Amino acid sequence: MSFEWPWQYNFPPFFTLQPNVDTRQKQLAAWCSLVLSYCRHHKLYTVDVMEAQESPVFNNKKIERKLSVEAIQVVFEELRKKGNLEWLDKNKSRCLVMWRRPEEWGKLIYQWVSKNGMNNSVFTLYELSNGDDTDGEEFHGLEDWMLQRSLQALQTEGKAEIIAMDDGKGVYCV
Amino acid sequence: MDRFSWSNGLLEINETLVIQQRGVRLYDGDDKAKLDVGVALLSTHRLIWRDGKNHDCCMAMPLSQIIFFEEQAAGIGKSAKIVIHLHPSPANKEPGPYQNSKYSFIKLSFKEHGQIEFYRRLTEEITQKRWENTPVSQPISTGTGPQTGRTRAVGIVGIERKIEEKRKETDKNISEAFEDLSKLMVKAKEMVELSRSIASKIKDKQGDITEDETIRFKSYLLSMGIANPVTRETHGSGTHYHMQLAKQLGDMLQAPLEERGGMMALTEVYCLVNRARGMELLSPEDLLNACKMFESLKLPLRLRVFDSGVMVVQLQSHSEEEMIASALDNVTEKGSLTAEEFAKLLGLSVLLSKERLLLAEKMGHLCRDDSVEGLRFYPNSF
Repeated sequence: MSFEWPWQYNFPPFFTLQPNVDTRQKQLAAWCSLVLSYCRHHKLYTVDVMEAQESPVFNNKKIERKLSVEAIQVVFEELRKKGNLEWLDKNKSRCLVMWRRPEEWGKLIYQWVSKNGMNNSVFTLYELSNGDDTDGEEFHGLEDWMLQRSLQALQTEGKAEIIAMDDGKGVYCV
Repeated sequence: MDRFSWSNGLLEINETLVIQQRGVRLYDGDDKAKLDVGVALLSTHRLIWRDGKNHDCCMAMPLSQIIFFEEQAAGIGKSAKIVIHLHPSPANKEPGPYQNSKYSFIKLSFKEHGQIEFYRRLTEEITQKRWENTPVSQPISTGTGPQTGRTRAVGIVGIERKIEEKRKETDKNISEAFEDLSKLMVKAKEMVELSRSIASKIKDKQGDITEDETIRFKSYLLSMGIANPVTRETHGSGTHYHMQLAKQLGDMLQAPLEERGGMMALTEVYCLVNRARGMELLSPEDLLNACKMFESLKLPLRLRVFDSGVMVVQLQSHSEEEMIASALDNVTEKGSLTAEEFAKLLGLSVLLSKERLLLAEKMGHLCRDDSVEGLRFYPNSF
């Protein structure tokens, strides 16, 4: 299924950072959701800022418009504030895009645990992400770093406890 | 006549010939010198006389010996003369035609005329004292004032001395050159003081002097570049002059404003008003102050300043919302517009059309597309 671009993508002003505050807020919201849905569709987790400029997301060759580097930074900052993005380095050249926030993943995992009546048990991380039992779940195939963050979120909520095991980490779900 | 020394008549390296006149007879004081008629030569450094027939007979005297000189008019049977009064000879004077003389003045008798020009040139040379600048290797005569004491030192000391002298020379030249300027500045200061005092007097006696004269005087002051203290009052309590001006503008600008859709840039107003006035042009400051008074005088015009700093005069009746709504309609109709296209559409100046589009954007009706192609405005679909 090919990615469906939102109507703003073909609207030239979309690629100019609007000076009017209200207009800008709407514009940035649209950008955020575009970036997230694109990453989700293509299963992208890390983004390099330099490469991003050339990516079709920020560069619409058909209408010959592209988002400036400054504007891209503004969009990323907005995503970061919302909790969907994490910078991997101080220079802000690479980042993790979490089109689903850790808390949201955590919630899904916990729901699955509860649904199957597996509360008060221990799971290895591998089990959760790649186990047969989780096949078909959205979090199946989730990358390790994302899984860890999600479980940490659950831990913060008091619904899980990450434990160290012989060959890695596991989690105890309440 | 004992001031002269024998000379070969040749000029030194730095010496220049200024004028020569033949048919000159020398007089020792009032007595004719025992010499024939000859040629008198004036150089930058000396007064030289050569015998007309016997060219070997030649004598010279440094110009520094001259105290002062005067003309003696011609009479019946007498040629015009120049009488030259001299300092006493220095001790080391070279020998000349006369050992001593009871007179301390000589005369040059111009048998073949030329005295006027000679007199003039002599005056110049005595004033300029060029011999002091480029000294000739003559015995130092202490004729007039302090000489630059040319001690012939060699080596480093000599070079240092020369540099020092050059520096003094330059200094002198510079202060001479700026002498006139300092006089001018003194005068200018006086003028400014005078006009300030008059301006303040006018301010005090506002009622006594007629309005017309006040205005005229103020315009003179302004043309001299002195801001009238009265105009420094803040907006709201302007001067009579500005009030009158504002009223005049109110009448004058109604028609042009309506033609242009109710708004005109202040620069356009300035040009229009001054062209109409012909004489007695307005200064930008006056115009601005007058425009600031529109509101307080309840005139149907307004001075308005946009965010970008552009100032316009607009009609009171001019409605902002209407303008924006029509701008939005225009943009929607055409899909998108640049400032230039909009200007062409409405017949406005590009500046004003851009202001209108920016205002619409500020209100949230339009959004912008800024690219290498230029700045374009779209209806805000966000």
